[in-house]
Amino acid sequence: MKLLLGLFKSPSFLVGIGLFSATVLLALGAPLFFHVDPYTRVGLPFLPPSSAHWLGTDHMGVDMFSMLVTGLRSSLEVGLVAGTVATLAGTLIGVYGGFKGGLVDDVLTAATNLFLVIPSLIVLILLSSSLEHGRSLFLIALIIGCTTWTWSARAVRAQSASLRGRDHVNLARINGYGTFGIVVLHILPYLLSYIFMVFILQTATGILAEASISMLGLGPYDSVSLGKILNEAIRNEALTDGAWWAFAPAMFLVTVIAFALFVINTSMEGVFNPRLRK
Amino acid sequence: MLRNHPTLRHMVGRMGWYLLTFLVAVTINFFLPRLGDANPVDTMMAKVSGSLDSQSAKDKEEAYLKEFGLVEVDSDGTLQRDAAGKPIRTSLASQFGRYLAKSLRGDLGTSILQHPKRVSEIIKTALPWTLALQLPTIVLGWIAGNLLGALAAYRRGVFDRVFYPLALLASAVPAFCVGILLVYLFGIRLEWFPAVGGYDDGMVPSWSWGFLESASYYYVLPFLSIFLIVVGGQAIGMRSMCIYELGTDYVKYAKLLGIRESKILLYMFRNAMLPQLTGLALALGTMVGGALITEMIFSYPGLGMAVLTAIQGNDYPLITGCTLLVTTCVLVANFSVDVLIGFLDPRIRAAHAGGAA
Repeated sequence: MKLLLGLFKSPSFLVGIGLFSATVLLALGAPLFFHVDPYTRVGLPFLPPSSAHWLGTDHMGVDMFSMLVTGLRSSLEVGLVAGTVATLAGTLIGVYGGFKGGLVDDVLTAATNLFLVIPSLIVLILLSSSLEHGRSLFLIALIIGCTTWTWSARAVRAQSASLRGRDHVNLARINGYGTFGIVVLHILPYLLSYIFMVFILQTATGILAEASISMLGLGPYDSVSLGKILNEAIRNEALTDGAWWAFAPAMFLVTVIAFALFVINTSMEGVFNPRLRK
Repeated sequence: MLRNHPTLRHMVGRMGWYLLTFLVAVTINFFLPRLGDANPVDTMMAKVSGSLDSQSAKDKEEAYLKEFGLVEVDSDGTLQRDAAGKPIRTSLASQFGRYLAKSLRGDLGTSILQHPKRVSEIIKTALPWTLALQLPTIVLGWIAGNLLGALAAYRRGVFDRVFYPLALLASAVPAFCVGILLVYLFGIRLEWFPAVGGYDDGMVPSWSWGFLESASYYYVLPFLSIFLIVVGGQAIGMRSMCIYELGTDYVKYAKLLGIRESKILLYMFRNAMLPQLTGLALALGTMVGGALITEMIFSYPGLGMAVLTAIQGNDYPLITGCTLLVTTCVLVANFSVDVLIGFLDPRIRAAHAGGAA
């Protein structure tokens, strides 16, 4: 509890959480106050920002602000789903390997390192390009989660291995707890803050991965996302036409979300890790 | 012989591990694209079938099936047919066997988009551009990032307070955003540098002075956009590494002994750098991925652009050829970093020497 209070005293944490809440509010709150419609043409293509269309229109003449709000919501969804999947997979593999040790640990660590070295963007490209039909937002999020878990597995394993030899774990073992009981009752509680930090990073990674893969034209067919807005803007020469409103806001939002999540992560590290405290 | 050479032992061990990784990568590269229902022959047929009658369409399809190795062929090159006269499909397992054998020989198949052209030919013209862009950029970015990070940790104060948020921002900004921003600002608005491409239109790549001049002019923006991100990411890691090292006993002891600051800084730098080198080995895959996207934004004539056009045209042989090559390059780079660590880190030498005794 004291630690949580300490978190709210850290200025960088406040900046991060403030920025992130602002984007979430924009994604969820904007449809309540404005008419958000990313599918109908409302004017000529690439109209500059005006009082009627705050961020102008895109190459089809669709209101950019509507596109942006919808895209933001999809990107946040992808981030959360991919982050959850990656954190779950990474935590399971990491905690189990780190706690068990021996051959199981060796095999799991080798597998983790192996997939860490193979660029995940490459695996993403291969998977998404083979799923030409039915590449939904949710499926993309799942795929991203399944290709980015390696970092969390590695990080969680190191933490869990350091707990393996602790007295309270040995005591639980003597008292006859099984692997599952020990992991859930005596190891996971110690790692919770750490796993939460991992989750934040994985969410950021998920949002960035979706944006990258959509930039390549491998985005979801069923919704607008920030990466897809960028892809369409570039494909339709918004850059050379000087239509900055077609790509700058989406770029700004991706950057703000990623930056906010990174800042939250580092500030939590500063609070939870006494070594970094000054 | 291996017994007495701990560094060599380390190298051989790592080489075995990377061979295993390579095999897994090749397997992924073969099976993932075949998960879906996409089939190169269907894509090809969709392109040409409109202008053909049914008999010649069938002939064409069989020729393509043969070319992409999807059907069984006799030793003299004729198709094997079943009782109904249909060509016999090759099983996935033996397709994989053939794919392995061919890949090792450097034969990556035929491109669909640029049909009779070999994938290896396309890659051969693209690879030098990617290597020339990414290798120096990542190495220089790594060096600059580490120096700046160590400086920020050591100086603290104003320098750190200005530098750290900037570095954090640089590492958080997605690679493609920096690329788009630079293209728009310096390429299109200010027109200081050419926005897209690798050299002037109408020039033919050669080692002539004029061509190199043009190419280096086009090099500036893509270089900057990858460089900035690598510097940011590395500086943050190095900074926290050095803050940790500054609190250790050996630094305190050295300070008590009154050893010169610059000397302490050198000790600290050396100790903090090794984990950073390991970090580089692990992050290379992500870096190369980001740099590929940068290449696409700048329409740089490297592998990134080849992948992008291949994706847009559903050119599977070209996609898998490029991905296989990128993975191989990343693995080779990783291996080199690992070997370097073996030479630099006395602990690894000691561990292997101890194991041999």
